[in-house]
Amino acid sequence: MQPTHPEDLGPILLEVNNIEVVYKDIIQVLRGVSLKVPEGHITALLGPNGAGKTTTLRAISGLLVPEDGEVVSGSILYRGENIANKPPEAIVLKGIVQVPEGRRVFKHLTVEENLRVGAATRRDREVRQDLERIYHYFPKLAMLKNRLAGYCSGGEQQMLAIGRALLARPRLLLLDEPSLGLAPLLVREIFDIVAQINAEEGVSVLVVEQNARVALSVAHYGYIMESGRIALEGSRAYLEENPDVKEFYLGVAKSGGRKSFKDVKSYRRRKRFM
Amino acid sequence: MSDFFQFLISGIAVGSIYALAALGFVLIYKSSRVINFAHGQLIAIGAFIAYALAAWLKLPIALALLAAVLATGLLGFVVERVFLKRLVGQPIISVIMVTIGLASVLDGLMYLTPFGSGNFSYPAFLPQEPLRLAGITVSYPQLLAVGFTALFLLLFGWFFQRSTLGISMRAVADDQMASMSVGVSVEKVFALAWAVAGVTAASAGMVVGTVSGLNQDSLIAIGLAVFPAVILGGLDSIPGAVVGGITIGVLQNLAAGYLNRFVPGGGTELVIPFVVLLVVLWFRPHGLFGTEEIERV
Ligand SMILES: Nc1ncnc2c1ncn2[C@@H]1O[C@H](COP(=O)(O)OP(=O)(O)O)[C@@H](O)[C@H]1O
Ligand SMILES: [Mg+2]
Repeated sequence: MQPTHPEDLGPILLEVNNIEVVYKDIIQVLRGVSLKVPEGHITALLGPNGAGKTTTLRAISGLLVPEDGEVVSGSILYRGENIANKPPEAIVLKGIVQVPEGRRVFKHLTVEENLRVGAATRRDREVRQDLERIYHYFPKLAMLKNRLAGYCSGGEQQMLAIGRALLARPRLLLLDEPSLGLAPLLVREIFDIVAQINAEEGVSVLVVEQNARVALSVAHYGYIMESGRIALEGSRAYLEENPDVKEFYLGVAKSGGRKSFKDVKSYRRRKRFM
Repeated sequence: MSDFFQFLISGIAVGSIYALAALGFVLIYKSSRVINFAHGQLIAIGAFIAYALAAWLKLPIALALLAAVLATGLLGFVVERVFLKRLVGQPIISVIMVTIGLASVLDGLMYLTPFGSGNFSYPAFLPQEPLRLAGITVSYPQLLAVGFTALFLLLFGWFFQRSTLGISMRAVADDQMASMSVGVSVEKVFALAWAVAGVTAASAGMVVGTVSGLNQDSLIAIGLAVFPAVILGGLDSIPGAVVGGITIGVLQNLAAGYLNRFVPGGGTELVIPFVVLLVVLWFRPHGLFGTEEIERV
């Protein structure tokens, strides 16, 4: 099944080449990860808990720093420039912004103040218009402008975290498990908005998910990661038709019926893609 | 009754000094969770720089005060860059030890100057005669104390509620990693907090100098006097610092005015504020305005 190369979708915006990441000088988590993000598209990075997905995003955004982690080999090319181990402020200015796992909104700031922090590094005078754009994509946030973010629901906080990142005007948006702990309907709503923003604003997206089904519903290309390595990659259609992906990530048995969660889990432990 | 108002007014004036001294302390704690034990030294240094410029270099007093404020702000900035920057992420006790060490070093350096012993006073620049209104006297230095505190409170209020930089500083206090994720430089925020703390410390020092003269030990003692004020107000609250400072000042004056006559030897003003402090903490462990964790999700 074709296409199976990210280049087929468009010019490559970000290229991660064989990186290894170590925390606290001794804990090696990534063992040679390579992936490409085509410009203007949504790329999914899937895999079980502990595979190293968050670590991969942190390596790209520079947010390994506060975790005492480091890219010890390999390179991360963004528009041709190696950004590995650059400070996060510099990477945000270049146009890559990460929405952290667990949303991490500023709880004691209002919704609008949270959004303004997103624009803190900008020098232009279009922040007001961009705020209105965010309120257009996330009308719920407009209604909650003056509420403390800590008192918003999980779904509202996820929307806020994405809105805050967008106000930094990213060219590449990194999303870490936006579905975490949210009801299925909300997850659908958030992924639809992300797809809409990608289509209308041209922002490229790299989204990390354990929920492969919803991520592949909007992604154009996907990678599957296990134990610090990329185990499989391909276009959305390719991954959705792959029997292993179907069985282990989409929860569909070879017979065609749904498998129970427990069955899938025990299979996963065998790490079929290693 | 006019006694009561006199005690109240004097209390507000003294409390304003505590409040002004507390502002910088709270600012540093709020943004970086560092407890600055060298704050009293910044207060003293600011006051002495102003004196040196006015009395020795004969600068006009307004210019001397302004230059001292800026110089102390610069000192705060340098202290952060040189001593504290490398401690980001280290255990809080190491950071506290560094500020204690810093306090001793700054003390020692001041002892090396003529300011190490004796008393000094600024060239008089305010009217000597106090204001009398309905039987209550207020001195001009007292008015200066209240005025400076009100001015800084307004400036800080605007800065933290309206300006993007101020809101980013609150964001850093809330979640450092999340602030970094949108490109806020946590390092710059810390350095700025120390610079502004230096500015407010110098202002407090100059007000104290105007009210009661300059003496190294008593200026440094102001740095310790802020503790009850900031704990009462809530360690990380700017309005809390002001309310806490003024409350302590008023309680001290009321205690001295009303209770000391019943206690042989007096000294109730040294006890009553702390009794109130303990009672408040009993009911509000974060102080009157301190941030409580929002637990949701
Ligand atoms: N700050 C850290 N220090 C040490 N080890 C970490 C740190 N963060 C993550 N790890 C380890 O790295 C591995 C991968 O974690 P992570 O990247 O969070 O995976 P995922 O996001 O796929 O669940 C896990 O074994 C985890 O324990
Ligand atoms: Mg993760």
